[in-house]
Amino acid sequence: MDAFTTHTGRAVPLRRSNVDTDQIIPAVWLKQVSRTGFEKGLFSAWREDPAFVLNDPAYEGASILVSGPDFGTGSSREHAVWALQQYGFRVVISARFGDIFRNNSTKMGLLPVVLPADVVERIQAAVEADQAAEVTVDLVERQVRLGDLVADFEIDDYTRWRLMEGLDDIGLTLRHKDDIAAYESGRQPWLPTTV
Amino acid sequence: MQTQYGNAAGTVSISRYFRLIIRDFGGERKEAITIMGRTLAEKVWEKHVVRHAEGEPDVLYIDLHLIHEVTSPQAFDGLRLSGRTVRRPDLTIATEDHNVPTVLGPIADVVSRTQVETLRKNTAEFGIRLHPMGDAGQGVVHIIGPQFGLTQPGMTVVCGDSHTSTHGAFGALAFGIGTSEVEHVLATQTLPAYRPKTMAIEVSGELPVGVTAKDLILAIIAQIGTGGGQGYIVEYRGEAVRKLSMEGRMTVCNMSIEAGARAGMIAPDETTFEYLRGRPHAPTGEAWDEAVEYWKSLRSDDDAEFDKVVHIDASTLTPFVTWGTNPGQGAPIGSAVPSPEDFTDPVQRSAAERALEYMGLAAGTPLRDVEVDTVFVGSCTNGRIEDLRAAAEILRGRTVVTRTLIVPGSMQVKKAAEEEGLHEVFKAAGAEWREAGCSMCLGMNPDTLQPGERSASTSNRNFEGRQGKGGRTHLVSPQVAAATAVTGRLTAPADL
Repeated sequence: MDAFTTHTGRAVPLRRSNVDTDQIIPAVWLKQVSRTGFEKGLFSAWREDPAFVLNDPAYEGASILVSGPDFGTGSSREHAVWALQQYGFRVVISARFGDIFRNNSTKMGLLPVVLPADVVERIQAAVEADQAAEVTVDLVERQVRLGDLVADFEIDDYTRWRLMEGLDDIGLTLRHKDDIAAYESGRQPWLPTTV
Repeated sequence: MQTQYGNAAGTVSISRYFRLIIRDFGGERKEAITIMGRTLAEKVWEKHVVRHAEGEPDVLYIDLHLIHEVTSPQAFDGLRLSGRTVRRPDLTIATEDHNVPTVLGPIADVVSRTQVETLRKNTAEFGIRLHPMGDAGQGVVHIIGPQFGLTQPGMTVVCGDSHTSTHGAFGALAFGIGTSEVEHVLATQTLPAYRPKTMAIEVSGELPVGVTAKDLILAIIAQIGTGGGQGYIVEYRGEAVRKLSMEGRMTVCNMSIEAGARAGMIAPDETTFEYLRGRPHAPTGEAWDEAVEYWKSLRSDDDAEFDKVVHIDASTLTPFVTWGTNPGQGAPIGSAVPSPEDFTDPVQRSAAERALEYMGLAAGTPLRDVEVDTVFVGSCTNGRIEDLRAAAEILRGRTVVTRTLIVPGSMQVKKAAEEEGLHEVFKAAGAEWREAGCSMCLGMNPDTLQPGERSASTSNRNFEGRQGKGGRTHLVSPQVAAATAVTGRLTAPADL
């Protein structure tokens, strides 16, 4: 995955809560066997409404999505992350994320930023008032900056390091092959196999 | 049992594992450090830690990896690209479920067919057991694991599907993962993960007659909200939970994810052991005795502390249905569609407003007056034999007035239902008796709602467009689904 250190871009306010992954990418798009082309499916049902915020030309090219609470709930489909990234988003800001979505994001280098609901609301209001406003999301400093607004966010050191280095989790785990083999030799003998 | 002397003067948790107990002996204070009790989730977690390092996620061993056609193709591609193999094909099993049509014949949709064929190629190439369409072992991924006896207490189970939480009904730690993690498990049979917090949901009292496991979990989600379980492993406890059958427990754990929880668990007991005994992959002979002895230790210690405790009184519950577009937007069937004004929280209020608009419902409408076009009985939530029996009991001798799909969760469930003659009951009532699959749960196969159509569905998600673009979903129990099919309006069996 691409390394993430700091990113500055325009932001789209998505004033909805419980944005489940079925909305981010409806199931009909999940039939693909490749990893590309999912940007067309991003919010495809909502985008049919001309008033939907992503259809506002002023937000074209924006790279930060600022959503209401409980973003990415529901289905485990990583396609939701792929769709957001392939559409051009690098960051999603919300007061709360679905666990699996958040996990999937950090595996792919899409940064999920948790901020208190009132701060999210202030960012939404600011980018509605000035659609050209640029937001900086600084993973090094764990900070979101927009004009006078400076908001610190939390992310654990390990995930931050992995994102900043753009490291592949599998490669990291395979460094511990010996630990895995040792564990396997001590598993309870009655545990089932599928053969 | 630990004997304690003196009077309690205080308890301080000094780490996750130790606690400082302060006792008072007539003015003289003594302190002792004791090992803290552990929750069920902590016991299962600790048993699977391959590697623990401060400041890093634990590397957790995975005992069973379930695979289906939708979330695996890119993972296998990843393996090939990096020249990696599947570490433990013998701990991996695959089935075809999300895309499959539930009427006999090939998959007409070319894209769906390609996805299923890709799974066949991948499982053949990497030596993974597959139950394809038409096979006697095929079915919804979360139905076949328990059915084969592959899901056992104390195991770690993952799948690229959020309803993997189903398997927690056995006292397994089971959770859904994304495709990157599917690839990770294929390559390493482990996952790096931080230990979630623990939540106890204590269900006191008994479920009244006619109130089911589905009503219980819908009521729980309405109480704690779709984000209420976020960051937690939930353990369902209490009298009402103990009295649930394994199938009811699976229904409850299945929807843990709808409350945002990473996993849901229920401590194994005699009900669990009886369900497992004699299943194809359950241990036998001495191994069975050894396993049962271990499984009996898989309960939260009396002095274990949960990070959060939620109480719910089962005896006050009635059949529950959803009125909105997330599973937390539910209410007793005897109530009315709420008004956005009923919600003081502005986020909930605007969510309700939007939901009512999407659902085409007016505030104040009695839920029993809501008319549906389609009834769906099936899915990993309610597609097991008990669910079909419950629906058949209500449909026996009655006629449905709506399109009614009865979809067994697996080919084995189908066979069992036919041996009991349930299919004849459904057909006589005018319902459609289908082949096994995910069917109308998720709009990926031919079973969908048309725009504006409304369903009463035993599945798990009432999201916008979940059952087909523009479709409107009310989540219900199999009993309510069957009664609704008879009247065409949301109906509890007692109303008939």
